[in-house]
This record gives sequence, C-alpha cells and structure tokens, in this order.
Amino acid sequence: MSVSKFLRQASAAVLALTASASVLANPVPWQLNLTPGVTSESREIYALHMAAFWVCVGIGVVVFGAMIIAMFRFRKSRGAVPANWSHNTKLEFLWTLVPVLILIGLATPATRILMNEYDTTGSDMTIKVTGYQWKWRYDYVDYFGKAVSKVGYMSKLAAESNRIRQTGSGLDPESVSDHGFKDYLLDVDRPLVIPAGVRVRFVVTGGDVIHGFWIPPFGIKKDAIPGIINDVWVKVDQPGIYRGQCHVLCGQDHGFMPIVVNVVPKSQFESWLAAQEAQANADKAARTAQVGASATNTLAQH
Amino acid sequence: MAHDAALHDDHHAEHKEGFIHRWVMSTNHKDIGTLYLIFSLTMFFVGGAFAMGIRAELFEPGMQLMQPYFFNELTTMHALVMIFGAIMPAFVGLANWMVPMMVGAPDMALPRMNNLSFWILPFAFCLLLSTFFMPGGAPAAGWTMYPPLVLQGGDAIAFMVFSIHLMGISSIMGAINIIATILNMRAPGMDLLKMPLFCWAWLITAFLLLAVMPVLAGAVTMLLTDKFFGTSFFNAGGGGDPVLYQHVFWFFGHPEVYIMILPAFGIISEIIPTFSRKPIFGYKAMVYAIACIAFLSFIVWSHHMFTVGLPIGSELFFMYATMLIAVPTGVKVFNWVTTMWRGSLTFETPMLWSIAFVILFTIGGFSGVMMALVPADFQYNQTYFIVAHFHYVLVTGAAFAIIAGVYYWLPKWTGNMYSEFWGKVHFWNSAIWVNVLFFPQHFLGLAGMPRRIPDYNVAFADFNMISSIGGFLFGASQLIFVGVVIHCAFFSKKRAPAKVWEGARGLEWTLPSPPPHHSFVTPPVIDDSVLAHGDVLH
Repeated sequence: MSVSKFLRQASAAVLALTASASVLANPVPWQLNLTPGVTSESREIYALHMAAFWVCVGIGVVVFGAMIIAMFRFRKSRGAVPANWSHNTKLEFLWTLVPVLILIGLATPATRILMNEYDTTGSDMTIKVTGYQWKWRYDYVDYFGKAVSKVGYMSKLAAESNRIRQTGSGLDPESVSDHGFKDYLLDVDRPLVIPAGVRVRFVVTGGDVIHGFWIPPFGIKKDAIPGIINDVWVKVDQPGIYRGQCHVLCGQDHGFMPIVVNVVPKSQFESWLAAQEAQANADKAARTAQVGASATNTLAQH
Repeated sequence: MAHDAALHDDHHAEHKEGFIHRWVMSTNHKDIGTLYLIFSLTMFFVGGAFAMGIRAELFEPGMQLMQPYFFNELTTMHALVMIFGAIMPAFVGLANWMVPMMVGAPDMALPRMNNLSFWILPFAFCLLLSTFFMPGGAPAAGWTMYPPLVLQGGDAIAFMVFSIHLMGISSIMGAINIIATILNMRAPGMDLLKMPLFCWAWLITAFLLLAVMPVLAGAVTMLLTDKFFGTSFFNAGGGGDPVLYQHVFWFFGHPEVYIMILPAFGIISEIIPTFSRKPIFGYKAMVYAIACIAFLSFIVWSHHMFTVGLPIGSELFFMYATMLIAVPTGVKVFNWVTTMWRGSLTFETPMLWSIAFVILFTIGGFSGVMMALVPADFQYNQTYFIVAHFHYVLVTGAAFAIIAGVYYWLPKWTGNMYSEFWGKVHFWNSAIWVNVLFFPQHFLGLAGMPRRIPDYNVAFADFNMISSIGGFLFGASQLIFVGVVIHCAFFSKKRAPAKVWEGARGLEWTLPSPPPHHSFVTPPVIDDSVLAHGDVLH
C-alpha cells in the first residue's frame, strides 16, 4: 500500500471519528496524541504525523528487536563465541537504500500538503494579526472583496486567569471553566471572530518582538515577526471555540497570551461585522463631535 | 647513564610538583583532561540545579515559586550552561585524555594552548553566572538569544556575549589542538584509517567547531552592537532583519548539535565492540557516515525556522536535506546493532550505558525525522515535543555517551576499578527516571503545550507532574555517579590491569593503569594485531 493511499484512508477514518467532536480540538487531560483538528489541512497533518509515527514504530521494532535478540542469544554467559566478520557490502548497501525509499515515501505527501498550505491565493477575507507583549491585535481588512471599515481590537488573557496566574496567588487553576472546558490560561477577554466555511487569510506580524500565532485545531502556525508580514490561510467548517497559544518566547508573559477563535455561522458573522462597523463609525462620529466641541470651547475662552 | 639520570630527574620532578604548579600551570594532557572533566561535572550540577527549579515550577498549574521572568532566566541559563559548560567540555576532556594515548603521541600537539583553552572556561562561566546577581537579572530570551527580545535585556547581555566569545575561543583552540595532534603526532604505522573511531569522530567534530564557532561569535557581536552601539543588523525599524539573526545563529547551531553528538558516536563505537568481543561492523562506513553527517549539518539549518515564513522552495530544500541525515545516522545505528550480532556479549556498566544510548538516541532520531516533515512540524515546532526530542538526543544521547565513556576509561585513568554494583545502580536509576522525565513531554507537546512557558492549562497537569517527578529522581541519581567516581579514584582497593576489559583493543590498553604521567615519550612500535582496526584494509 503506498503511503499516500494510506494517508487518504487515514484521513477518511479520522474525518469520520471527529465529524461532530469539536471538543476534541482543544487539549484534554491525559491527551497522548496530536489533535486531528477541524480543518482539512489539520487532518492531513494528522495523517502525515501518524504515517511517520508508524514508520518509526516499524523501524524501531526491527532495530530494537534485533538488539534484544542479540542481547539474549549472544551472551558470553551462554557460551557465545564471537564471529570475526566485520563487513558485508550487500547488507550495508541495502540499509542505505531502504531508508532512502522510506524517506521518499514520507516526503512525497509532505510536499503535497505543504504546497496546498502555502497557497494563500483565493481567500475570501483578510484579517491582520499583530502580536504585542503580551496580547494580540486583530484587524479586519476585507471581506469578500469589500474593505472593512475600522474593525479591530486587542485580545488579552481573561481577567480571572490573570488573577489566578499571579505568583503565589493561591487560587485554584481548576476553577476556571467555560461551557465545561477548564480554560485556565486559554481564555481571553475578546476572542477573534471568524465565519465558518469561509477561506480566511491571516496576515501575521509582530509589533515589538517575535511572537507566534498557533492554533493547533486549525493546523496553522506562523511566527509574528516585526518588519515582516507572513500569511497563512484557514477554512473552518464547523462553528465552535478553538484555542491556541503564542509559541515563540516573547518575554516574561509569553505563557499568558492565548489565542481564542470563535467560529460562527456566516450569517451571524456578517451581522456581527456590520454591528462592529456601525459601532466603530458611531464612536468616530462621537469623537469628532467631542473634539469639535472642545475646540469651540477653547476658542470661546479666548 | 646520562639518559637514566635524566629519566630519574624527570620522575623525581613529577612527584615534587606543587598543587598550583601541577593543576593550574599544567601542560600535561592527562591533567588538563581531568580538569575539563571536573569542570564539566560541576557545570552539569549547576545546569541541573536550574532544571530542578524549572521542573519544580512546572510541577503543577499555577505559579508557586517564582516570577515568570526568573523562569525565563532559568531556561536560558540551563541551556547555555549544559551545552557550553557540561557537554562540550566533557568531550574535550575525554579527547585530551584519550586521543594522545590512542594515536601513540606523548601529549597534545600544543600543550600550553591546551592549558589556556581550559583555564578560559572557569572565567567565562563566572562571567555568565554572575549575571544572576545583576540588576535586571540574567539573560532571559532563551539560549537561542533571538532579537528583538534579547535586546530588551539589561547589561547582562554584554556579559553573556563576552562569555560566549570566551567559550568560542576556548573551543577553537581545543579544536586546533585536536586536529594538530591527530594529523601530526600519530605514531609511525598509525594510519588514519587505523585510528579508533573516537579519534575520527573528534577529528571531524574539530573541523565543525573551527567552521562554526566564529559564526556564533559574529552573530552575538552583532547583537552587542545592536544593543550598545546603535547598529540595526536585526532591527526592522532601522532597516535590519530579525530573521537574519536566526539564519546566522542556526548556521552555527545546527553543526553545533552534531558537535555535541559526533564524539558520542565515537565513544559508543569504542565501547560496543569491546563488550561484544567483535570488531566494529563496517569501520569505513562508520567513518564515512560521520563525515557525511558533518557535511549535511551545514545545509539543514533552516529546519529550525520552518515557521518564520520561508519561501516554499526553501522549506522543501531544507525538509529534503534534513531527511537525508537519517540515512548516515541509520547506517551508524544498524552497524552498532550488527556489531552486537553474533558477538559474545557481557554487560558491564559502560556497555549498559551504550545500549541505552543506542535505543534512546534512536528514539530521539525518530522524533527528528517526524519534525523534518514541514507540515507536521507546524504542529510540533516550539512545543514540548521538540523539548522531548532534543533531550533524548542530548541527555540520553550525548550525556549518556559521556557517562559511558567515563565508566569505560575510569579504571585506565585511576588504576582502580569502580564499583560495578553502584555503577549499575546509577545506570538503572538514570535509565528509568530519564524516561519518566522526558517521554511524557512528547505527549504534552502533541497535546499543544508550548515550550518555555512557566504555567499551563490544567489539561497538561498530569504529565507535567509525572515529568517533574522523573526529573527530581533523575537529578538525584546523578549523585550516585559522584560517589562512584570519588570511590574509584581514592578508595577503591581493586587494582585495574593494563587491559581493563577483556575485549578491549587499541594502543591505550597497552599502557599500564594508571598510565605514567608522560606516556609514549618514544613512539610505540605498532603491531596491527593490537589495534582495533589494524586490518581494516584487508
């Protein structure tokens, strides 16, 4: 069975298993393995991961098995007499060639998956993600070809987690939960909101030092680097709350800048976005009026 | 007569040397080797103490013991001390002791430089460790020192950069010395392809050191000028590029990881044939595999940077090149196993450590192959999965090989046998607890726990606690090692013969145990049957 065929079958199996289990996307106690995630890309990554894992297990069984057999059969205490050969060109050629073939078998699907992940063309909307010490800023740039007006906000660790995580607070991290998920250090004050079933392109950068934008259930990870704009895309079909963390050491509160994404149905997202835009414009109008009023005041005083 | 008198005088002087004269002003490769090993063991415990602090804070969720910034200081200093203070000097110490005796040379080629390259190190580490007591604390941006974060540190940055310069100078001098010794001072008849694999591994490692330590020096010097002299090499605001640093750093950093493992391959390649009573399988293939790994180590550096946004062509090139390293590494593992096959095995302490090395290093290699796959690396990168990976290759790889080498050669150095019982107690405790310590970290990383965080979600609590328990017990087990070494050196009543191990072959075993302070003053007449690889060309 070719590796890519194996990958396809594994993907299908995983898909069936996780069809309605977005809860599996976030970490659970005693979790042993990678999350298959909720995007077709994260499932491909999971299948690749499992293929590589089983290849390693197979090689391990052969190599460690041979060692264990040698350790029992060729003990001096059992009267083993050492052979004196130390070369075998055929054997050496064989175990150079076979690993090369195995590696080609792994590299082929990896290349295909990577090419797909790297192709950020054809996105339906763009969100700019900026890492700051120690919070995220999300700016909505465009949505289906139409520029979004002034929708952007900061997202930082939720107050309750922040209180508990202070050194020596004595408070119980187990006490924080959201819909049954104990989300200590994985909850924020304002999550990123994106529509389900829409191809979203994130442009990722850093505002001060290098941060990392990583959402395991989506299978995306990009460094947020000052002076550089990276991009990565995602299409999530299933609404839900998905959590990630900053993955690049960015200073003292590196462990305390989670990423929470609220994936909502498209129609709900559109009304949310419209409300945000209206709010932003109203705020702007209010500010303009205020500035105008204070200018008038200043003039009047003179 | 005159000759005899001179010998007698020399012998006499040896015993009259004062402590300072012998140890501080030493130009003797054996004494300097001992100094290197003592220094490295000390640093192993200093770095280990930092690790205990890290594991204590990670014992359960919530911050109990320290501020997050101090946690970052600990992770940074743990790595710097372990890499530059424990692993690298230990290998240089083993080379100092063994290379001249293995190639039939009277001493290292450049004995005074040898003294200097050792004595730089204690000063370098005093500078580095003193930063803990400075305003602003020790460097806290990780041992990789990525800008712009590292530039937010205080004056400690200057101390860190200067101490890295010193360590680099020390390493370069050590490397020159080893190359000069191996290429110029082999006894007549000791052809390059008859040398023990430990010498081969070190010869190639020394060239890696020469090639990349200056690159590290350049990288940290640019950090220094960015921080204190207003340059903008890595400052995007001034037209620089933070990713440039990562390229330069990892051009050093990847060969560096092979600098820490190739000598380990050499040690294991000495020990396994001895206790299998059978020559190493595929001697030449072993030499070529080391050379091949060394070459490949220069063209894979960006696999540390798969998420920085490299162009797709780079991602693919570095993925393929990285995967290729599995081939020569696989050859080495297969050859070790085949050396054991149809041998006549005994399981003295050095052999136990070597077998554990082969198994556990291979496990580290497996996770390495998995991480070479770029899309999968998007999930593994900067998580505890990589923490588990590099501790498998560095602790159960490099450190286990060093300990194996110490047990293997300790009777030769001291003239006494160590306690086989306590050696085995040390081994089993280490082998069990190191897996309790690092294996669950694979699970943590896969479940989504990033590295270098002082606190975590409660889902990660169970495996962190297991890992911490393993860590404390693994750390405590190393105290047994100190006991075994001190007992062997000063108290053991059991004398070691010249050829300590029944299956051992090579020039070093023709010398008495302990060897005279100055050995092979006249070049030995080499009998190929004494050498482990005397018949390799047949």
